Amino acid sequence: MLAAPARPDWLPSADFARASFSRALELCCSSASVVSSTSPSGPGPLFPDLRMFPELNNLLNTAPDKAEQGRLTLLCDARTDGSFLVHHFLSFYLRANCKVCFVALIQSFSHYNIVAQKLGVSLTAARDRGQLVFLEGLKSSVEVFFQTPEEPHPLQFLREAKAGNLQPLYEFVRTALTPGDDGEAAWRCPVLLVDDLSVLLSLGLGAVAVLDWMQYCRATVCCQLKGNIVALVHDREDTEDEENDILLNGLSHQSHLILRTEGLATGFCRDVHGQVQCSGHCTTSWSAEAADSVETAHNPAGPEPHLSVQDTGQERVLFC
Amino acid sequence: MKMLESLSAFGGLVLLRDSVEWEGRSLLKALIKKSALRGDQVHILGCEVSEEEFRGGLDVNINSRLVYHDFFKDPLNWSKTGEDLPGGPLDVLRAICKRTDPGPVTVALDSLSWLQLHVPCTTLCQTLQALSYQYSSPGDNSSEEKVCVLGLLHEELHGPAPTGALSSLAHTEVTVSGTVGQAWVAHILYRRPGQLPACQTQWFSILPDFGLDFQKGPPLEPQTHLGPRKPEVDPTAHLTFNLHLSKNEKEAKDSLTLPFQFSSEKQQALLHNGPGQATSQIFYEPDAYDDLDQEDPDDDLDV
Repeated sequence: MLAAPARPDWLPSADFARASFSRALELCCSSASVVSSTSPSGPGPLFPDLRMFPELNNLLNTAPDKAEQGRLTLLCDARTDGSFLVHHFLSFYLRANCKVCFVALIQSFSHYNIVAQKLGVSLTAARDRGQLVFLEGLKSSVEVFFQTPEEPHPLQFLREAKAGNLQPLYEFVRTALTPGDDGEAAWRCPVLLVDDLSVLLSLGLGAVAVLDWMQYCRATVCCQLKGNIVALVHDREDTEDEENDILLNGLSHQSHLILRTEGLATGFCRDVHGQVQCSGHCTTSWSAEAADSVETAHNPAGPEPHLSVQDTGQERVLFC
Repeated sequence: MKMLESLSAFGGLVLLRDSVEWEGRSLLKALIKKSALRGDQVHILGCEVSEEEFRGGLDVNINSRLVYHDFFKDPLNWSKTGEDLPGGPLDVLRAICKRTDPGPVTVALDSLSWLQLHVPCTTLCQTLQALSYQYSSPGDNSSEEKVCVLGLLHEELHGPAPTGALSSLAHTEVTVSGTVGQAWVAHILYRRPGQLPACQTQWFSILPDFGLDFQKGPPLEPQTHLGPRKPEVDPTAHLTFNLHLSKNEKEAKDSLTLPFQFSSEKQQALLHNGPGQATSQIFYEPDAYDDLDQEDPDDDLDV
């Protein structure tokens, strides 16, 4: 225990180190309440803060206009789908005027775009003006097999009989986020978003190779460019997947913030679908036991967060 | 003597075993600070966090005494900047082995887990063995120089076999644990040559400048360092019922005969029909639309 550590700005509350501190956010996921906005106006907030998770931002003590820099945020989900946090951070950083490199290996661009529009952000517009660099894994994986060998492809490892390393993918990220001379310095800070890292293991890479790639990305994005990284890893606690455990635990040791999404231990419920535990893990000024725990819920049925705030009283916030 | 405080003075390999919940890098930095203040040469093999992040929180005076070998930026030579260190991290360790300048040396491996994942276990163990038990240069009266190797090991990342191999090499193992909101607990296992291993448990906290603050036992008031204490809530306040009885209420309660208590009065009342029983009657008037079947009274039940 560090005696009287200064509370980092990125942690939510003054009594962050209290073990007993916990709050509950509950999301009620009625599909009828999804706000379907198809405004092409880009990151311009039609209804500011109502299109993201304002309660999550409050608890993390962050907002698009005061986003922290140099942080690795690990998203982890167990027995549920934590992709709603990926959508949250994607819209969050686009609103924050950050240059975002999104390595999307799970879904198509149109899928992320539809969800982002419901959050009030247009990925198409962001991509057109150069704010978003989108690597669509589903499409790129096919392109790998039809390109000429001279061209380095970010997913080059798919062509290799024995999957080696992710150096081409690192070069892609570095090129995408390093500011050029064409006035790109207007963006606030670079952000790397990965959905998700576990699929790289399924594609034949080892956990150490993925950890190496993340280390290079941290060195470049977080340390050199003073940006942020957000990455999702599944917790396959029931399957005894050793490689995934090494990846998850290795990244947990390096992360500044861990958001762990879990399904309810008591089973399924109509209104509350899970909880998010938020813990800080920083090596510079304080340590892991200074953790904050937050409970929330999300929508397991689809990617659309439902965000109309009904009651923000006390420690439980109900959504529907 | 605080065993934790003098770990690096013993020499040999010291394993600092931590977990995600209880990270041991702060303790590693606290021990590095002790060594630097004692006058040791301190080499840091940084593989997991940036140099800036590792040096954060340490005094300028301490930082100036640290020799940092950076394997975080480009450990696999992907960048090809030419700035990478010659050879790998093990070559740096071997170079420390061949040093010629006298004096005690402390080598901090941040982390041993990173090395374990990237280097074959046997090669790593041989290098650590050579480093931990090195002697000074041959012409120097063969006096043994103390080299202390502090290795940070993330327990979850390794199976029992590599962990066991490293444990067998270590003179001392420190397992960091604790409970949230309380002081850290260090379980120390110290192996002396020719003696039984000694175990010790120490409670401590790490100050913001990475000094160690030892405590005699588990703290009774764990949150004194963590801000203003929460106001104690009286659980008996605002109850909707009465917790305590007055004397009269207690007498009334004691004199009450509960329905299940059998007494001679109740026995008499049951044996002799009282006036109340004589007047009690049950009237039953069947519903006009009831379909009563005398032969099958349960006809209306779906059985």
